[in-house]
Amino acid sequence: MVLTIYAPLFASSKRGVVTLVEKGVPFETVHVDLMKGEQRQPEYLAIQPFGKIPVLVDGDYKIFESRAIMRYIAEKYRSQGPDLLGKTIEERGQVEQWLDVEATSYHPPLLALTLNVVFAPLMGFPADEKVIKESEEKLAEVLDVYEAQLSKNEYLAGDFVSLADLAHLPFTEYLVGPIGKAHLIKDRKHVSAWWDKISSRPAWKEVSEKYALPV
Amino acid sequence: MVVKVYGFLQAACPQRVLLCFLEKDIEFELIHVDLNTLEHKKPEHLLRQPFGQVPAIEDGDLKLYESRAILRYYSTKYADQGTDLLGKTLEQRAIVDQWMETETNYFNAVGLPIVINLVVKPRLGEPCDFALVEEQKAKMEKIFDVYENRLATNRYLAGDEFTLADLTHMPGLRYTMNETGSSSMVTSRPNLNRWWNEISARPSWKKLMEMAAY
Repeated sequence: MVLTIYAPLFASSKRGVVTLVEKGVPFETVHVDLMKGEQRQPEYLAIQPFGKIPVLVDGDYKIFESRAIMRYIAEKYRSQGPDLLGKTIEERGQVEQWLDVEATSYHPPLLALTLNVVFAPLMGFPADEKVIKESEEKLAEVLDVYEAQLSKNEYLAGDFVSLADLAHLPFTEYLVGPIGKAHLIKDRKHVSAWWDKISSRPAWKEVSEKYALPV
Repeated sequence: MVVKVYGFLQAACPQRVLLCFLEKDIEFELIHVDLNTLEHKKPEHLLRQPFGQVPAIEDGDLKLYESRAILRYYSTKYADQGTDLLGKTLEQRAIVDQWMETETNYFNAVGLPIVINLVVKPRLGEPCDFALVEEQKAKMEKIFDVYENRLATNRYLAGDEFTLADLTHMPGLRYTMNETGSSSMVTSRPNLNRWWNEISARPSWKKLMEMAAY
């Protein structure tokens, strides 16, 4: 039975989609129209009770939360494609550490920028300039730590690409694109090299082209 | 070997790690990092945790930070010791992951600004953003509605067993039940209330509360 992932046009869902493509897993997609509030309708709430995207459906099995989906795919298909979890428990520990850094330190300010710069004009709510300024400052501080880490390691968790790197792809693409703050990445030598490397991976190029959000 | 935990007994994220160690009978040594004097932002601590947060652990040559990553590492490494906090099959473990993620992305994301404004800012002499607190509390009610529904048909968040999914919520929920004046959000929801009473009666939680000496 083929896996189905919901809302592939949106960034959070792309974390799951890129993992599927990296691992060579066949899948289908279902469009969810967030602009029309489809995620708040009863049929969707029945599979994701928080009304958020994405969800992955695998036969009778359902799982939501993009990073939980990434882990599930990476474990289930461990023996095919790149090993995105590290080889030992210790390497896995580093992958988990940087996945959590993405979730708790990198993502929140970047999400605030995405909402205020990209989606505010689309959805007709006012952009908060104070939030934009503070978010950029916070993100810059976090990226300084990344710069130090990536000057010692090729990828975040070590010398192997992992879920921790892939988790950054979808929203960072917004950052260097429509948010217009590519300098945060480009001005940092090792972060810039890392970004070029991970964003030019064939799996990501395929996902970002095929499921581009028409903005 | 005794694991060194750099942190602060009354802070939520170190509590998460200590609770896991208590559940799994893992020996640890807590090394106090004084958040009140901003010790966590000083160079010595930044060497252990470059984002200036607690906790960080040292276990022989292994160094790790991010409390939830530490939970996963130790629950995997010591799967056969103490309480099994992970789930047995891949599918069960993924559901544990799912509810750990809801803690990070919904419960904590919404709750942290409440704690910062009602608990931390007063200590630092900074003004509280009451409008923000009210906004966040309204969002928390909706999140708790989802949990209430989930716990109507499941004894614990991931199913029949107590796992990291439940454990990871406990330090934050302690704030909900105490300093933030939100305990009625839990007590007014029968399933959520039943679940909180059950998990907070666990010996490991009682031991942690004794250690934290509120």
